[in-house]
Amino acid sequence: MSVQARPAIPRSWRPETKPHKFCPGCGHGLILKALGMAVDELDLQDRLIFACDIGCSLLAWDFFNIDSIHTHHGRTLPVLTGLKRVRPELIVVAYMGDGGAYAIGAQHLVNAAARNEFLTVIVANNSLYAMTGGQMAPTTLPGQKTETTPYGREVKAAGAPVLGPELVDSIAPTGAYIARGTVASMIQLKNFIKKALVHQIEGKGFSFVESLSTCPTNWRTNAAETWHFLEKEMSGYFKVGEIRQ
Amino acid sequence: MAERPLTGERRAFMAGNEVLAWATLAAGADVMYGYPITPQNELMHYWTRLAHRFGREFLQTEDELSAGFATIGGVLAGKKAFTATAGPGNVLMQEPLSMAEMMRLPVVVIVAQRGGPSTGTVIYSQQELNLTCFGGNGEGFRVVYSTSSHQELFEYTLKAFNIAWKYRFPTFILGDGYQSKMYEPIILFDPEERGWEMVPARPLLGLPGRPGEEREPVHLRNTFNLEEELYEVVMAAAGDYARAAADLAEYVTFRADDCELLIVAHGVVARAALAAVKILRQQGLKAGYFRPITLRPLAEKELREAAGGARLILVAESAYGQLERLIKPSLYGLEQPVHGYFRPGLGITPEEIAAEAAKILNSAGYGL
Ligand SMILES: Cc1ncc(C[n+]2csc(CCOP(=O)(O)OP(=O)(O)O)c2C)c(N)n1
Ligand code: SF4
Repeated sequence: MSVQARPAIPRSWRPETKPHKFCPGCGHGLILKALGMAVDELDLQDRLIFACDIGCSLLAWDFFNIDSIHTHHGRTLPVLTGLKRVRPELIVVAYMGDGGAYAIGAQHLVNAAARNEFLTVIVANNSLYAMTGGQMAPTTLPGQKTETTPYGREVKAAGAPVLGPELVDSIAPTGAYIARGTVASMIQLKNFIKKALVHQIEGKGFSFVESLSTCPTNWRTNAAETWHFLEKEMSGYFKVGEIRQ
Repeated sequence: MAERPLTGERRAFMAGNEVLAWATLAAGADVMYGYPITPQNELMHYWTRLAHRFGREFLQTEDELSAGFATIGGVLAGKKAFTATAGPGNVLMQEPLSMAEMMRLPVVVIVAQRGGPSTGTVIYSQQELNLTCFGGNGEGFRVVYSTSSHQELFEYTLKAFNIAWKYRFPTFILGDGYQSKMYEPIILFDPEERGWEMVPARPLLGLPGRPGEEREPVHLRNTFNLEEELYEVVMAAAGDYARAAADLAEYVTFRADDCELLIVAHGVVARAALAAVKILRQQGLKAGYFRPITLRPLAEKELREAAGGARLILVAESAYGQLERLIKPSLYGLEQPVHGYFRPGLGITPEEIAAEAAKILNSAGYGL
């Protein structure tokens, strides 16, 4: 009996650019692993366009053996909208942070969802602005300390954390796919992303997956604390699961 | 294949915005992404009706940021994509345009200049010169045509798509509310029937073949780890721009060879300047004019030559010295004084320019 070895990395990854550029313990690499597995399983490598936002997501610009583009902070959805509208045969994936998706690019998210654009959006929710050094994001938890909320986020002054998938759910017409996964549950995350891609392939509408992610560098946490923050604090506030199938 | 929008020559009397819709169609534009703003609205209105007939696409986006970035997406997809905007929309458009400039993406943008920061005055203005030429966080590697008649709106729009796709610099038609709304006779034509060679669009992403196996993946990058990497990219663009400048720069002169006073104007104001020269010549005053058609790149050498032959220079514009600032480096070292006739947000008549010119000439002791 022979055991088929699993490939160490997804086929759609670009080995020449590995090891990747994210910090040790970062969730971005895991989300991109889930995406890579979904792309492999659907055999999409030759018709996928991967677009990354500005934030730590930008470090993924040469991550895949897939045609890829860097956009501007928050502007990934309009770029892909413009592309997909005239090349509907391509499958397009926007990869962005919570700041890009829910703050500076919020108007694009709201309107792309409302128009049910045939895009797949993957948002890494790490509860802060990582690339710029750990400032508050729309998703920063109440009481969470960041560089711009050094005494903890006060909901009265800075608002409550944005629930991205729930926001999209309130806007997107029938046909959209919406889920929240987490890097703590990789097979589930891969399946959500895969379903989102299938949704786009089948022309059903907008597809949106937020993934809870880790940023030990800006959280200033060790491995155990990182895991605790992800699994207890974040998952307590942001409910993991499918919101719309 | 949808029918061609134009065959043979079509004589028409139409508003500038309608001319622009026919021009973009005839140029082979595949898609317009836009957001409503006066005075370009009717371009969008004509486009939505005509695009439908000729198998082209349109999307009304949520704002100009989105319209500009979607235009970038269309271009990446390998389609001739364009947008049109004005005033505060042009301000928002500068973010996507900075990306297009940096990444050498051939977007075409039609700007109908208007006055005022947000709303209201929408007819006379040349106050978007700075913004259109140099608006981004970049170096202004752009091609900007300042048109002054409907025939030019039509022909330079055809040309803009060719120039954008050939040289890969964002390319602009800089008009204004007056040109957009005014009616004028025009001859519309299909450029290929006239023997124009139309530069095809080609995809920059989504190429055939399995990336990483049958071909290298396309990884288009716009952020850099090292200052030196960015420097290389900018310097390569600077070199390309400098080499293309001689091909790209366009201008017109009238009676500039023997003039004492050279009037410099662009866009619709250049029409008044040309008429003013004729009035002044009838009065026995030796006036001439120089009109840059491309504001970027500028025909610097020719402008300097024309200015060097005159004694006085008068810059007339519906802005407070934006054209004057643009041309002054080309005149550096010349002794001729430069006078400004600045009417920000106002129309300018030939009589006004002629009166100003006569005043300057007389007070300097030339002419009469
Ligand atoms: C228009 C603009 N404003 C600000 C920035 C600076 N900036 C770069 S990344 C970033 C935040 C990134 O946070 P997020 O989107 O949550 O992604 P993360 O880095 O956490 O993955 C900001 C504000 C920018 N690049 N562009
Ligand atoms: S700063 Fe945070 S989000 Fe960015 S790569 Fe490092 S761990 Fe990941």
